[in-house]
Amino acid sequence: MKNFIKLFSILVLFFFTVTQSQSAEKVDYLKTDWSFKGLFGKFDRGSLQRGYQVYTEVCASCHSMKYLSYRNLGEKGGPEFSEAEVKAIAASFEVTDGPNADGEMFDRPAKLSDKFVMPYENVKAAQAANGGAYPPDMSVLVKARGGGVDYIYSLLQGYEDAPTGMTLDEGVHYNKYMYGNKIRMSAPLSDDLIEYGDGTKATVEQMSKDVTTFLMWAAEPHLESRHQMGFKAIVYLIILTILVYFSMKKIWSRVESEV
Amino acid sequence: MSDHEYTPTSKVGKWFNDRLPLLTLANHLTDYPTPKNLNYWWTFGGILTFCLITQIVTGLTLAMHYIAHADMAFESVEHIMRDVNYGWLIRYIHANGASMFFLAVYIHIFRSLFYGSYKSPREIIWIIGIIIYLLMMAAAFMGYVLPWGQMSFWGATVITNLFSAIPLVGEGIVTWLWGGYSVDNPTLTRFFTLHYLIPFLILGLVVLHIWALHVPGNNNPVGIDIKKPSKDTVPFHPYIVIKDGFALLMFMIVFAFFVFYSPNILGHADNYIEANPMVTPAHIVPEWYLLPFYAILRSVPDKLLGVVAMLSAILILAVLPWLDTSKIRSAVFRPLYKQFYWILVADVLILGYMGAMPAEGLYLLIARVATAYYFLHFLVILPVLGFKEKTLPVPLSITEPILGGSPNLAMAKNKESIDK
Repeated sequence: MKNFIKLFSILVLFFFTVTQSQSAEKVDYLKTDWSFKGLFGKFDRGSLQRGYQVYTEVCASCHSMKYLSYRNLGEKGGPEFSEAEVKAIAASFEVTDGPNADGEMFDRPAKLSDKFVMPYENVKAAQAANGGAYPPDMSVLVKARGGGVDYIYSLLQGYEDAPTGMTLDEGVHYNKYMYGNKIRMSAPLSDDLIEYGDGTKATVEQMSKDVTTFLMWAAEPHLESRHQMGFKAIVYLIILTILVYFSMKKIWSRVESEV
Repeated sequence: MSDHEYTPTSKVGKWFNDRLPLLTLANHLTDYPTPKNLNYWWTFGGILTFCLITQIVTGLTLAMHYIAHADMAFESVEHIMRDVNYGWLIRYIHANGASMFFLAVYIHIFRSLFYGSYKSPREIIWIIGIIIYLLMMAAAFMGYVLPWGQMSFWGATVITNLFSAIPLVGEGIVTWLWGGYSVDNPTLTRFFTLHYLIPFLILGLVVLHIWALHVPGNNNPVGIDIKKPSKDTVPFHPYIVIKDGFALLMFMIVFAFFVFYSPNILGHADNYIEANPMVTPAHIVPEWYLLPFYAILRSVPDKLLGVVAMLSAILILAVLPWLDTSKIRSAVFRPLYKQFYWILVADVLILGYMGAMPAEGLYLLIARVATAYYFLHFLVILPVLGFKEKTLPVPLSITEPILGGSPNLAMAKNKESIDK
């Protein structure tokens, strides 16, 4: 039994390290405290709401979020805007609907059930407007990058002057956290670029943290219920395991053998 | 296969059992005499059954919401993750369940290697097991393609392209597999169909695997034949049922940690980028459980020979009962084999690590040495060892080492009596 547990944990550990070394490139990302990590991790509601503001006022002019709907902004575990707020947010966007009874397409204000309006008609249009580079869709961006939230958070603050000797093409910028250090996106954030509704000072660091938190929620909208359910499930399993262990001991006490 | 005839007590039961002996089968399964010295490495058979059922149940549920179309697959997975009730839970169980399934199957296989469970009279059980393992790899590979992310698409491209190494007909086979001239919608729909089919083939083979097991009965840590039933055995129920249940619960705790707290750690980030035939990822890596074979594939410079080496690495296991010439089953009584066994374990882990690293420089060199050793183990070391090795005396029954204290003590006693 002891040997078994020892070996089994070595195996699991090994398995963790191999997969981690496989997924994460060895880069020292900027660190910050994420409220959503850990066994009881939850999103910071204020940060999510500010993050949405950064997204919609800054990122959304180029980056789509095509898997999210306006109703998501009011759902539990998300930014939790009030219903009136979410309706107002949706109504501020125009969507094309139709065809109507006359066979015509028409524009109307967006409803809760509509997906986030995309900044460009299609990928080609997005590329044409951005010097050939496609601004990736942000719905699952955090999960689509090896470094996850730390990577996005660092990238947003990683703009620097290129080191001497490195020549950059027109429209290309230097970023110390970008793969290959060359990025088409110009530094998107600067201090006081936007004015937060709740009075928080809009530093680059603050905005990076808020928008990354928002992106984490966008990629994992059920993260909070996952953590809550996980804790209950594991506690339940541990209690059941202990009970079964003693039942097993009792049953096996009838034979001259060890378990 | 119980020694006594079973007759149901109720009239209805008897009437039914005379026409379809399901009750006799149930009685056989509960009474099945099992060696009482089985350790926890023997609980993985039950755990694997649990894994298979979990994959089938979650898979069926996912299939109700998934759309197997190149333009909609990625989006339908996001739909499952966001809008289907507990869709995220079902998908994370299914995705991590595949990894858990392989973790368990590797432990199960290496248990068999340590205790010589593949040897006569259990060769058929072992060979069915290898077929199940091959089907698992096929199912897992095709399942990984279904979300239609970047790694899905490029993984499918790399693996299917391996068939092009076959002389003359290779290119034709690849076109036939793809259903076109590249991995595209027809590839996705057929992969989905096969991914749905294979688990049921596995289920059928599992029934055969267990049936074949119930003919000679379980091997055991001492590796000797035992009388059944006798004081060396316990009935499957309740003894083994509760023990397997306890081990399964511990396994489920590990499983739950992955599902609830690191659901994406075993996957590759690139698979959250929708498939794009125009952009090749920087590193194309398979899932962790295929890495050792991927390392073998890449360590051979020639494409065809690489494919041959990779396939041989798996198929060589099927003839293992005849490559291992030793009559002694358990490594406990084979001091030399025991050492080579652990070297093999290390060798496979090294191969797995090298499979995740780029195939260049020192990594490639180590992968080549490890590949060579892998084949050396099975083709040279095992056959020779059977003739050269001086094995330790084997006890006559299970009860003996247990009653005599530790197995070593019993062996020492045995040895003394032989020396006298």
